[in-house]
Amino acid sequence: MKDHRKPAKVCMTNCPTLIVMVGLPARGKTYISKKLTRYLNWIGVPTKEFNVGQYRRDLVKKYKSFEFFLPDNEEGLKIRKQCALAALSDVRQYLSEENGHVAVFDATNTTRERRETIYKFGEENGYKTFFVESVCVDPEVIAANIVQVKLGSPDYVDCSNDEATEDFMKRIECYKNSYETLDENLDKDLSYIKIMDVGRSYLVNRVMDHIQSRIVYYLMNIHVTPRSIYLCRHGESELNLKGRIGGDPGLSVRGKEFAKSLAQFINEQNIKDLKVWTSQMKRTIQTAEALGVPYEQWKVLNEIDAGVCEEMTYEEIQENYPLEFALRDQDKYRYRYPKGESYEDLVQRLEPVIMELERQENVLVICHQAVMRCLLAYFLDKPAECRCGPVERRSLEDGTQPPIAAAPRQQPFLQHLSTEQQLGP
Amino acid sequence: MKDHRKPAKVCMTNCPTLIVMVGLPARGKTYISKKLTRYLNWIGVPTKEFNVGQYRRDLVKKYKSFEFFLPDNEEGLKIRKQCALAALSDVRQYLSEENGHVAVFDATNTTRERRETIYKFGEENGYKTFFVESVCVDPEVIAANIVQVKLGSPDYVDCSNDEATEDFMKRIECYKNSYETLDENLDKDLSYIKIMDVGRSYLVNRVMDHIQSRIVYYLMNIHVTPRSIYLCRHGESELNLKGRIGGDPGLSVRGKEFAKSLAQFINEQNIKDLKVWTSQMKRTIQTAEALGVPYEQWKVLNEIDAGVCEEMTYEEIQENYPLEFALRDQDKYRYRYPKGESYEDLVQRLEPVIMELERQENVLVICHQAVMRCLLAYFLDKPAEQLPYLKCPLHTVLKLTPVAYGCKVESIFLNVEAVNTHRDKPENVGVDRSREEALRTVPNHL
Repeated sequence: MKDHRKPAKVCMTNCPTLIVMVGLPARGKTYISKKLTRYLNWIGVPTKEFNVGQYRRDLVKKYKSFEFFLPDNEEGLKIRKQCALAALSDVRQYLSEENGHVAVFDATNTTRERRETIYKFGEENGYKTFFVESVCVDPEVIAANIVQVKLGSPDYVDCSNDEATEDFMKRIECYKNSYETLDENLDKDLSYIKIMDVGRSYLVNRVMDHIQSRIVYYLMNIHVTPRSIYLCRHGESELNLKGRIGGDPGLSVRGKEFAKSLAQFINEQNIKDLKVWTSQMKRTIQTAEALGVPYEQWKVLNEIDAGVCEEMTYEEIQENYPLEFALRDQDKYRYRYPKGESYEDLVQRLEPVIMELERQENVLVICHQAVMRCLLAYFLDKPAECRCGPVERRSLEDGTQPPIAAAPRQQPFLQHLSTEQQLGP
Repeated sequence: MKDHRKPAKVCMTNCPTLIVMVGLPARGKTYISKKLTRYLNWIGVPTKEFNVGQYRRDLVKKYKSFEFFLPDNEEGLKIRKQCALAALSDVRQYLSEENGHVAVFDATNTTRERRETIYKFGEENGYKTFFVESVCVDPEVIAANIVQVKLGSPDYVDCSNDEATEDFMKRIECYKNSYETLDENLDKDLSYIKIMDVGRSYLVNRVMDHIQSRIVYYLMNIHVTPRSIYLCRHGESELNLKGRIGGDPGLSVRGKEFAKSLAQFINEQNIKDLKVWTSQMKRTIQTAEALGVPYEQWKVLNEIDAGVCEEMTYEEIQENYPLEFALRDQDKYRYRYPKGESYEDLVQRLEPVIMELERQENVLVICHQAVMRCLLAYFLDKPAEQLPYLKCPLHTVLKLTPVAYGCKVESIFLNVEAVNTHRDKPENVGVDRSREEALRTVPNHL
């Protein structure tokens, strides 16, 4: 039986991935680039976006008008090509010299010729290229995009809204005549996803590997319907009061009061079709119970497992596991409690929660400190070092700092991981 | 901003889902139906497939020839419609009366009219309808499908292969003239995925909810490239010898011998581009080390967490937690050790492993008893009640090779003795049972 999944050329398994955005202005390319970059970094895939418009703004200090983008403006074309090449040069540095795994090349890339150039660039450097095209003809959507992100652009800082909108519409027109959408026949050997009408439908072609499969899944689950996500912890627990970590305690008196206040707050907010999620630990369930509405319990929302340190105070941890305690402070994100978990493990198990939060609309998530930090880091694009809350420098009992070299890498036997392999859970 | 994701009609969140297959014969509809059903049941979504061809075989005892399917064969049309309605009636019973969540309606459904009828049926009953179309024009693929699954069909039990193939090709022709593929414009309000050329590309329209999103993700990750999956446990461990569960022990002397035997076995098999996966526990890592090839460690492949019972013998569990021990025997799939996990939890955390196994080709997974039972249950379509009792002995490799609609299993014992760690369900699972009754099925240990 014919196998269609082999890549056209042999590629080393450590291939970086070059994602190439495609589409007319105001079709959500930058929105998608930034969101995808944020998601990939959160799940641990070093990703960076390269916005060619930004290179243009850095080179041409003052934007005058749409005429810069006219197809017969020689000077404009020259500058725009220069910017694209500069951005590709930085892509090459990021992927080939700085250990980046994924680069998102954010530009219109609306002609087959331009895409061919970029694809060749990818091939020459050993990158796998994946195109993401956004196609939209709905004038309402485009108008709304312009209002949301173009009116505030540095290009239009000295214009009125009407002037800006008028100019931008003419800018879009400059691209339309030469726009060659990804075609089922002409582009059948490329790997791509074509997103139509803000996610109503998708055309997916030749997904090559794990990371492309994950990117497609993510892009098919995000939406732009306005909504809010509410994050909070359970009410204060009996163990919180005693300064003990973990366990499965019930709420303290004040914790129960908080649950009632939360119920009141939620009612006052008058949120449409609010979904409520909790973990499977007593303290979040008790908090949700006070709301008097249906809620869904997720085991993966349970607090980080502190292993041998469960239910200890920090003083007891210092007394019983001073070395572990210091090592944790050295790399709180990757450090795994003996028989427990690390923040890095938490992110892995929370990924389905993030995916479902993307699919949903208004949601209240009642969870725990470490869990909430991880979720917040996704939404606020915080890097790994900043996801774990404050770090207190602690010394060993004799007042010295443990040697940095002693920090154990949790996976001493790991050899030769490919990009694909590193994406395991 | 316009929102395109609202369903055309208001639907209760507890909506059952009706998946409707679409496509000419020999396009993989039944293959997809069965595989999808198996996956959904494994992740805990009660699903059942309804193959209209099977209804036809039950009604018309003996298949004569392709002429039954001619578009002007009045009698044939009548019977085929009757079968479709009978199947839909069973779908309604399953989804509305038997607590089924998903029904997969497996038939050609190649005309817009037929699909309209089914969609109306779904609406009347409060089901969300999702179409899955398989489109393929590659004659090699179709010929291979015919060889794999049609020649052995009950329809052709008395025919030679050539006769069967010839008849089946004519059968396909009967459908071609009236075939109306799902159309981007005419069917733009329907929810569907169109699979083209065995997964080279996909068109996805109006995914409505979580389950449809998961179905699309799954369908986009499966492939039909021939390959084998090898499952085995780590070599015998020090705690295995003592009859203790869990923990993070190293290999025993015999366990290390097994690792070497495994290396030799793998070499002899001469497997193309084999990937090797382990858990992050010492015993699987030590086993993999002996292979001398790169391997990937997955935390989610770690053994089931026995919580407060970690590192205990069954005798100690009986002594310290007799009630818990009995409750576990009463419902081993759902029972969660205090501060630990259940098999049901294990399946949840193993789902990404299954998804990645579907994407991959040749893989060797070195894991643990409970984990291996969960993975095996997925490949062999074993229900939850049987899963915790599947036999996965130490030092035995299971080679799984997809064939036709299922999976061929070969069991290879690598000739290094090990303790038996399999505890059968005891006869008495009552909480008031005696110590002896509780421990009767515990295997021997030091």
